Parts: sequence; C-alpha cells; structure tokens
Amino acid sequence: MAMLSMRLTLVRVLLARHRQGLVILSLMLAFIYPLVVRTYFLSLAIEVLIFALFAMSLDLLLGYAGLTSFGHAVFFGLGAYILAYLSSRNELALRLTNNLLLTLPLVVIGTALAAAVIGIFVLRTRGIYFLMVTLAFGQMLFSIAISWARVTGGSDGLAGVPRPLIGVGPLNYIFDSRESFYYLVLVVFLLVWWLLRRIVASPFGWTLRGIRENEARLSALGYNTFRYKMVAFVIAGALAGVAGALLAHFFGIASPDNLYWTVSGQVMIMLIVGGTGTLSGPILGAAMVRLLRNFASSYTERWETLVGLVFILFVIFAPRGLVGLLSGQRERVE
Amino acid sequence: MENFLLQLLNGLVAGMLLFVMAAGLSLIFGLMDVINLTHGAFYLLGGYIGLTLVRTLNNFWLALIVAPLVVGSLGLFIEHVFLRRWLGRQRHLDQVLFTFGVALIATDLIRAQWGAYVESVPGPSQLAGRVPILGIDFPLYRLALIVFGLLLALALWLFIERTRLGAIIRAGVADAQMVSGLGINIQLVFAGVFALGTALAALAGVIGAPLLNLYPGLDSEILILALVVVVVGGLGTLQGAFFGSLLIGLADTLGKALLPEFARFLIFAVMAAVLLLRPAGLFGAKEAE
Repeated sequence: MAMLSMRLTLVRVLLARHRQGLVILSLMLAFIYPLVVRTYFLSLAIEVLIFALFAMSLDLLLGYAGLTSFGHAVFFGLGAYILAYLSSRNELALRLTNNLLLTLPLVVIGTALAAAVIGIFVLRTRGIYFLMVTLAFGQMLFSIAISWARVTGGSDGLAGVPRPLIGVGPLNYIFDSRESFYYLVLVVFLLVWWLLRRIVASPFGWTLRGIRENEARLSALGYNTFRYKMVAFVIAGALAGVAGALLAHFFGIASPDNLYWTVSGQVMIMLIVGGTGTLSGPILGAAMVRLLRNFASSYTERWETLVGLVFILFVIFAPRGLVGLLSGQRERVE
Repeated sequence: MENFLLQLLNGLVAGMLLFVMAAGLSLIFGLMDVINLTHGAFYLLGGYIGLTLVRTLNNFWLALIVAPLVVGSLGLFIEHVFLRRWLGRQRHLDQVLFTFGVALIATDLIRAQWGAYVESVPGPSQLAGRVPILGIDFPLYRLALIVFGLLLALALWLFIERTRLGAIIRAGVADAQMVSGLGINIQLVFAGVFALGTALAALAGVIGAPLLNLYPGLDSEILILALVVVVVGGLGTLQGAFFGSLLIGLADTLGKALLPEFARFLIFAVMAAVLLLRPAGLFGAKEAE
C-alpha cells in the first residue's frame, strides 16, 4: 500500500511538471497509432474518440455548468438520425449527400435547435429534478424514434449510411479506409477539444462555473443565468450531435438504441470515471470504460455488472475520477 | 362509447399500478432528496421473485407478501450500508449516480438469473374470469387492481396524515435537520421509508406481472413512467403521486387507443405543459431543486 501510494505520488509529480509534454506526446502517439496497430484496435480507438467527444460535450453541462443531464443521448441519437436522413442509401431517407461540408453544419443546426426547444422545458428545473426531467424527455424521444417508423425506420433504424467525403466542386476525398476515417475522427475530436478549451477558459466558461457554484448569487449580480445555461445546453447538444453523426458514419446506421437512456447513462459513467470539470477526464473515462467493456466481454457475459461495479467504486471512493486520482484530488468540487 | 368506457377503466388500472410505483419513488425523494433510479429494477426483481413463487408453489398470495419483504430488505441494506455510511447524506447527486450503478448491476444479474425472454405470469385463480360493469365485461383481476390501488392509497394516506410516524415523515420532508434536532432518530425514518418505497416497487412488480408480463427492459419503461408521474404530480407528496398516476395512466391508455403511433407523445405533452405552467408539479411540496 505504501509502495503504491509512493508510486502514485511520483506519477502525480511527473504529470504536474510535464503537462505540456504529455499532451504533445499523446498527440504524436495518436497520429502514428494507425501505422502500428491491427484493425481491431483501430476500430476501438475510433469508438473511444467518438465517445470521448460525446463525453466532453456532456462535461460542459455536468462539469462546468453543474447541469446533470441524464438525457444527453437524445442529441447523440438525433445527430446520427439527421446525418443518416441526409446521406443514407435507405429508401426512407433523402439520399442527398454524404459531403461533410454540407451534412455536418446541418447536423449542428438541427441538434442545436432541438436542444434549444428541449432546453425551454428542462432548464426550468434544477439539480436532481433536472436529472429526472432530462431522463424523461430523452425516453419520450426514444419512443417517438421507435414509433415514427415512416421517417426513422422504427426499431431497425436507418441503415446504409456510407462513409463520408469532403468535397468542393470536382475535388473530393472519400474517407473509405478505416485509417482515413480514424484521422477524420481524430481531427474533428481535436477541433472540438480546442473549441471547448477556449469556451471553458472564456468569461462565459467562468460564468458557467459560477452558476454551478451558486446560481442565486449570479442572478443577484444581474446575470441572466437561464440564458447562460441555455447557450451551454445548445453547444453541448450540437457537439453530441456531431459525435452521433460520426458514429452513424462509422457503423453505417442510425439506430434508436443510440437515444436510449442507458446510453445517456454510459456516457455519464465515462465522464464520472474519467473526472468531471476537466477536458482530459472524458477522454480517459471513455477509453477506460470502452476498454474495460471490450476486454471484459471476451471473458464474461456479465461485463455490465463489472462496469457497474467499477462505476460505483468511483462514485463512492473517487468522485473526482481518474483525473482526480492522478492529480491527488479526491473530493468532487460541489 | 363502450370502447371508451373500457379504455377508461384500463386507464384506471394503469394509473393504480403506476401509483404503487410512484408513491415509493416520491416518498423517498421527498424525505431524502434522492431519486432512486433502481426503482425500475426493483419492480422487475419483485415481479420475477413472484414468478418463481407462482411457478414453484403455485401461490400468488404468498408472492404478494414475500417479494416485497425480500426486495424491501435489499433496499434497507442498500440504504444503510451505501447511501448513508459510504456516501453520506449531503452527496445527493452521488447517491443518485450510485442508484444508477446498482440499477445496471441489478438488471444484468436479473437477466442472468431469469433469462431474456418474455415471461407471462398467471394471475390468482380466485380472480380469474370477468364481471359485467356498466354493460361491459371487465376482467375481475383488473377490477381487483383498481380496488387494491384505492385501498392502498387510502392506507398510505391514513398512515402519513393520521399517525405519529406519518407526522414525523411529513416533518422530515419539510426539514429533516429540525426533526433530528427534536431528538427523533431521523436515520431510522430514512431507512424505513427507503425500505417501504422499494417494497412498494416490488409489490407493483408482483401485481403488474399478470398484465404487463416480465422482460428485461420493462424496468426502464416502468421507471420512466413513474418519473413522469412524479414530475407531473410533484415530488414528495402522496396526493401528487396519486393524481399524477391517474392522469398519466389515463393519458397513456387513451393515447394508445386513439393515436397508436404517438401514444407516448401524449404523456410527453402533459409533462411539457406541467413543466411550463407549474415547474414544481401539480401538487409539489418542494421547490424544484
């Protein structure tokens, strides 16, 4: 035990001293990764990146604004549906284009609008009430996705989503190999990461933290806290939509399962295990949960129990997640 | 007209079943500020324990007693060891996340134990058959459910409003710290209410199984409906759970009959309207915090 804690301290010191170097090292590793691994691990990395993106978007709500949404999968699923509706070869879909320069902005606009409308209702509540209401809303949209089969394909979903392309005029590039798709996801992920870093370091980001700590005080100072929360909710929804769109491209299908409340729960687990209120937390959490799930499922059918146990242990003993463990903080900042 | 009446009665049945679920959820929240996301899994566990008892001993009435006792004890254990000792009273959000983790594990283990197929459960033979009411033949079991729900609501209401323990619980909902300051062991009250709430979920599972069958995934459906009920009715009050259940039960049943494609949309609309007009719910005792 003493040995372990000494080693942990060593790791903490190293991490604290060489943060920048660590980021650069991880970036380099991420870029050469496809050159050294087998297909299976490449697919795994793509999934981890997509879910890390999804978890980061939730972190803006949970970790910064203090909004515990249990319905975030709505935007993830909706992003996938919008993309599939635009690009899928399925006869229910529009079969319009798979050009990311057109589809991604439409996904962002669509999910942002949905978030704004849902936000009008759910942002009237706070805390655990907010959690319940987002959960209920999410589940309602799930049942709409299931029953409105003429548009959504019902429980089959919309299959036949092709790999994306980027094109201007006659020039275009199709991301049809797994490697190229990995790089696409990586670049989108890094862009979102950079964007979120800018957001949380901005005055807007600090206002969100203020709302998390004491909303009444910020109201008294003259901040329109509803508007701030709404902007955060819309941004988070749109980014989750982007993650969902990438997932639809990767698996070739938009399915109602992506909207199910346990998906909201899964991404919540990733975020809590990784550490809320940081941007590295969601990445670590997504990687850990996804790897745990993939490796455990080859040994036991009860991998869900295992994931649940790990989650519970983190909630009880390390509420600041992996990032908290590595940096030496254990208590969640409430 | 007859069809409408039939749907109305079915809506009442659904409402009563929901009430048994939502009452526990609402009481636990009112007192402890924890929304128990394991409630759906406890419903399913109660139903499956009932199924096993009905299959082995062929006794529905025994299941009605044993399943709530077993699941209630499990609730007591969870409250005592985890929610209180390890998580502490002030970490409400962590407590909710904890109940989500337990729900994951519970549903996974239930699937391991009872399989992933749809299991139908026969109701008690004494309540088989149909009775004529107002010109329609209505299943006796469903009628019994309505009566049972009403009696349970009455009993719970008398318990909360007319007994000393009920007064303590109401005082705890208003201000737990003050109750504790008056020399009452509020921890014991918390544990008792949590056990009662989980036992009610299991009870709902047993009586609901002959109507809705049992299958993995039902836990989520029931949980969501119960959540909508408490959002609409308002958290922490029995009246809220009762009228919220009736409203949602009727809206869901009538919705399914009138607009089968958008059955759930009607409940959604009801909830959205309530959130806009009365964010604390129709009978909310607490500010929506």
